[in-house]
Amino acid sequence: MEDQPASGTVTASEQPLPSCNDRTWLSGAAFPIDGLESVLLSLIAVSAAALLFGAFLALNGHDPLAVYRTLYLGAFGTRFSLETTLTQAAPLLLTALCTLIPARVGLLIIGGEGAVVLGGIGAVLAGVALGSAPGVVGTVLTIAAGALAGGLWIGAAGALKHFRGVNETISTLLLNYIAIALLNHLVSGPIRDFSQTLKAQSWSIPKSFMIGNIPGWSVHWGLLIGLIVCLALHLLLRHTTVGFGMDVLGGNRRAAQMIGLPIGRLILLACFLGGAAAGLAGAIEIVAVHGAASESLVVGLGYTGILVAFLARQNALVVILVALLLGGISASGGLLQRRFDTPHAATTVLQGLIFLCVLASNAFAGRLLPRPRGA
Amino acid sequence: MTALISRRRLLAGTANIIGAGSLLSGLPTRLAAQAPKPITVGFIYAATRNDYGWNQAHAVAAKRIAQLPGVKLIEQERVPETVEVERVMESMIQLDGAKVLFATSFGFWPFIQKLAPKYSEVLFIHAGGLWKDTDPKNTIGYRGYMEEPHYLCGIAAGMMSRTGKLGFIGSKPLYFIFNNCNGFVMGARSVRSDATCQVVITGDWDNPVKEAETVNALVDQGVDVIIANVDSPKVAVETAERRGIMSCGYHTDLSALAPKGFLTGAEWNWAKGGDFVQAWQTGGAYPNLYRGGFKQDMVAISPFGKDVPKNVQDAVLKARQGFLDDTLKLYKGPLKDNKGNQVLADGQVISNTDNPFKLSVKWLVEGAIGSTGLQ
Repeated sequence: MEDQPASGTVTASEQPLPSCNDRTWLSGAAFPIDGLESVLLSLIAVSAAALLFGAFLALNGHDPLAVYRTLYLGAFGTRFSLETTLTQAAPLLLTALCTLIPARVGLLIIGGEGAVVLGGIGAVLAGVALGSAPGVVGTVLTIAAGALAGGLWIGAAGALKHFRGVNETISTLLLNYIAIALLNHLVSGPIRDFSQTLKAQSWSIPKSFMIGNIPGWSVHWGLLIGLIVCLALHLLLRHTTVGFGMDVLGGNRRAAQMIGLPIGRLILLACFLGGAAAGLAGAIEIVAVHGAASESLVVGLGYTGILVAFLARQNALVVILVALLLGGISASGGLLQRRFDTPHAATTVLQGLIFLCVLASNAFAGRLLPRPRGA
Repeated sequence: MTALISRRRLLAGTANIIGAGSLLSGLPTRLAAQAPKPITVGFIYAATRNDYGWNQAHAVAAKRIAQLPGVKLIEQERVPETVEVERVMESMIQLDGAKVLFATSFGFWPFIQKLAPKYSEVLFIHAGGLWKDTDPKNTIGYRGYMEEPHYLCGIAAGMMSRTGKLGFIGSKPLYFIFNNCNGFVMGARSVRSDATCQVVITGDWDNPVKEAETVNALVDQGVDVIIANVDSPKVAVETAERRGIMSCGYHTDLSALAPKGFLTGAEWNWAKGGDFVQAWQTGGAYPNLYRGGFKQDMVAISPFGKDVPKNVQDAVLKARQGFLDDTLKLYKGPLKDNKGNQVLADGQVISNTDNPFKLSVKWLVEGAIGSTGLQ
């Protein structure tokens, strides 16, 4: 609905506020990776969040510097910490893309959580159905089924947006709840493995479909898959006509219409790819970690992915760095709790502060550094 | 307060170095030969430590174990029953140098089985009686016969009830819930032969809304003492207090929640785990599976409520002495279930430590109104 210009209604449109109107702030196309400014803004935002969190810690009677030292120890300080961080970062690489890719066409998708769940369900169903297939084939098809399920899930939200004008942010948020409810329903009845009495979980995929760890590391192969997908997406978004078309659409919908870009197809493609990435994350959680679907899929991977995408300013390469940072923060959460008796939610507070600061920093986009006008 | 700060400072200053140092060197900590050897003990809880329930019972034990000479306690709460607990356990071992881990949630067991062979220098203690001969020797399962303190609660309830109608709220249709219920009913009927007990199984470990509704419904039916076998009986006990009826606690001391109607409660004595810690510390012997009631010091009762008269207290304490001396047997003939079937013939006596019998209990004793919920 909001795409149709409300001609006779409001006067707000007379004051051009490009950052609100076209959501160009979202796509990153607004400041087409004005490298230095982006980096500066992100650094300022993270530093501000770190200061605020430090104040929060000090108010709670902790020494902020000691806490940050421990955070470093728990995230990167030892090989074990690093491996934990990488394991935590692996799914974030992919769930970030669920917000990132649609953002390039100007959509704010927050349905990563649901897509992860759908990916997990899809992977389990395929894995169980493929029971007797040889290992590698089974693994590939299982993962592909998860990606497909996630892609269709968010793709549906894209279709609702394009054909019916349903707000994609609201619809994907609500789809998260539907996905979780669907998971709970399935694992408590239709696909429940009743031999598992400890908790409600689905049937398990064959052991031969499971992917192990990268040799020499206790980090599973999902990390490598995530890295490759991020790189591939970066190439797609930055160096192909499709990616350029998405940027144009995200930057200015009317311009995209005028030059005859296939808007519907681009929207659906972006949503499908985003959902597929998150679905892939869910599928990898199944084939690398759990082996079966259960509530263990619902641990906020999708929501943290939103944060990663925003902090990376919708740049697929930067996602890798940011995922490491946030993976590290969550990896060290337990250590902080044990050493300082901080509340369980402390690292969530830090993540929330980072998110707020990044959002707030968008207000300074284009104003931080003097830039030549009329470019 | 000063002690607290200095402890924190000490932790911040030295724990990092010790933790990182012992990890990097990969050597066993060969600290000064003064007895007793310092040992780091980790407690892992699935939910918050102050839940007035299962987790709090363990946290209370943790505090007592921390008093043992040479013991340094580290704690982490809200650890889900997923692969996450594996990471937390490894993190405690690798970063904090923990040598004994108490994984206090039932669903942590598979992850202990997985991790224990990798860390033979660490003792893994699980709150549950799942240990089998094939499991690693550096693991322990321990659990209390809660039906014994339930019997004592039943005595208090039977003597204090005006209507003779009691209420038992159970979480899952599992053998130990049935045993607890039977203990409660038999205790009540040992002092008041016409006492009955409404039994409601909610189906959830933790469902405060349902628990409150159940208490209200029971009160409306004339029930005037309840006991709730759920993860956190807080809501049930508070609701009972608000409705002006009496209640018994479960897991830990709940007397503070019901200053007027609290009678006593069935408590675990998880602090018995301190024996295992000391055995591990000194290289002494320890059992792999430890189950017991009062005689084995695995269970306890809460302090009596202020309105519980002396004669009731005496009757309860006398029965406790019976369990301590093993002169009082919980299950003895003649005994009928609540469908009229003879379970034990006259003269038939089941030992208080007959675990196979207790595991096989799928029935409720005479006087219990309601069904197990099993087919």
